[in-house]
Amino acid sequence: MDIKEIRKDFPIFDNNNIAYLDSGATSQRPRQVIEKVNKFYEKANSNPHRGSYKLSIEATQAYEGSRRKVAEFINAKYPEEIIFTKNATEALNLIAYSYGMDNIKNGDEIVISIMEHHSNLVPWQKVVKKNNATLKYMYINDNFELDKNEIESKITKNTKIVGITHVSNVLGTINPVKDIIDIAHKNGAVVVLDVSQSIPHMKIDVQNLDADFVVFSGHKMLAPLGIGVLYGKKDILDNMSPFILGGDMIEYVYEQDTTFAPLPNKFEAGTQNVGGAVGLAAAMDYIESIGYDNIEKAEREVVEYAISKLRSLDFIKLYCTNNLENHLSVLSFNVNGIHPHDVSTILDSVNVAIRSGNHCAQPLLRFLGIDSTCRASFSFYNTKEDVDKLILGLNKANELFNKYKR
Amino acid sequence: MDDLTDVYNDIIMEHSLASYNKRKLEDADMVEKGHNPNCGDEIELELKLDGDIIKDLAFTGHGCAISQSSTSIMIDVLKGKTVKEAMDIIKTFIGMIKREIKDDEELKKLDEAIAFRNISNMPARVKCALLAWHTLEDMLNKK
Repeated sequence: MDIKEIRKDFPIFDNNNIAYLDSGATSQRPRQVIEKVNKFYEKANSNPHRGSYKLSIEATQAYEGSRRKVAEFINAKYPEEIIFTKNATEALNLIAYSYGMDNIKNGDEIVISIMEHHSNLVPWQKVVKKNNATLKYMYINDNFELDKNEIESKITKNTKIVGITHVSNVLGTINPVKDIIDIAHKNGAVVVLDVSQSIPHMKIDVQNLDADFVVFSGHKMLAPLGIGVLYGKKDILDNMSPFILGGDMIEYVYEQDTTFAPLPNKFEAGTQNVGGAVGLAAAMDYIESIGYDNIEKAEREVVEYAISKLRSLDFIKLYCTNNLENHLSVLSFNVNGIHPHDVSTILDSVNVAIRSGNHCAQPLLRFLGIDSTCRASFSFYNTKEDVDKLILGLNKANELFNKYKR
Repeated sequence: MDDLTDVYNDIIMEHSLASYNKRKLEDADMVEKGHNPNCGDEIELELKLDGDIIKDLAFTGHGCAISQSSTSIMIDVLKGKTVKEAMDIIKTFIGMIKREIKDDEELKKLDEAIAFRNISNMPARVKCALLAWHTLEDMLNKK
């Protein structure tokens, strides 16, 4: 695959020589996605599920067709196992408020990893506080990975929910989620798997993983902002109570009582983001047209180049596993004596975009004994030239600050 | 931003890397914490008053070069001033950063703190420059 050709699909790179190294925050979008979204608004726009006229039926077909696409893409058994949300955060809140609040009892335990994003952490704090349960953490080893011993010692017969990110948004560590799911199921717990950082880079097969819930955001995988997905096993979703109440999620509404619609409408109150769903389906088509094999190969080459370059600078501390087969896309590092916020400002002056801060993972950074990092995150449209610009900018930052160091 | 030294100029860099104002006061009258949750900047200001005069001011904490130097330079500028004068200078500094005050005559009272003038060209860093000033403003308002 020719990256130079692929970059032409992304209008943001037209006449803009930015080294965009923040795809972990949000990806760029190819014109194939933007055009599909535009086409929906220009040709098929109306409120789905509501009208009986042709245009409304077209909107309904666009929306439900997108749902079928998502189901096929992640190999869900049924399309109604796909619930559209606005992002992964909303999907996680739906699970916590509906499944969590109804099923967690006094004395139960919820187990998550120390590398969770706040969105797979703060909702569980609320659930355990409300239900007198306990929130337990699986900690990482010196190589920024979860040991099997650690997993097995934390997930017990008392564990009712395990929340785990597939790939850490700070460390890029790929977690052994299949093992975690097996261990959780042997102990009778359900697993909430956050694939927000993995699905842009690797194939997700929910039946093969056997996860009970899987969540992700569209905007990190080339789709528009504001569309996300909750996958849940049908028998679990069927038994859950609705999260957000209102129009289109009901069956009969009486003055004092309501019966709810079947899946998936039960969890989709109000007019939905049809344009976003259409864009998500288009993003999945685009990823399939390139192929995950090619994406993984291209990204691995650039990320490994970046790792070797960063490791060669004596003023850089990299927070990355040495087992590169357990790592993808995300590189966190610090520059000796320079705060990440200053590093990112100096990199911006040479048109390199990275993230600095705590990356919505304060407990992880506290565990590592730091309060922020620089984070460069890669996608298949990044090149080795982007890495070279990053290294140039880091040298510039180091020189600028060295002048004043005593 | 065209030139990094507009922001990372000598005075800002000197204060950020080795500040004599970064210390603990033995007999502070007031203590106030300031925090930027997004970037993790944290400072603690300590104030010693002599009647209405800011007799001593010091800080501890950690953060980026902009937040650290802004805190240190603020201390240099405000030490020895009355509370009323300090509040006026704080308002002028905030006004400069928000580009509401551009008049050079009016900005003179900021003394060395005028070094932060170009931060207004960098919206992502405005909060760093303002942290200490807002923190002190909160503290003096409690007096």
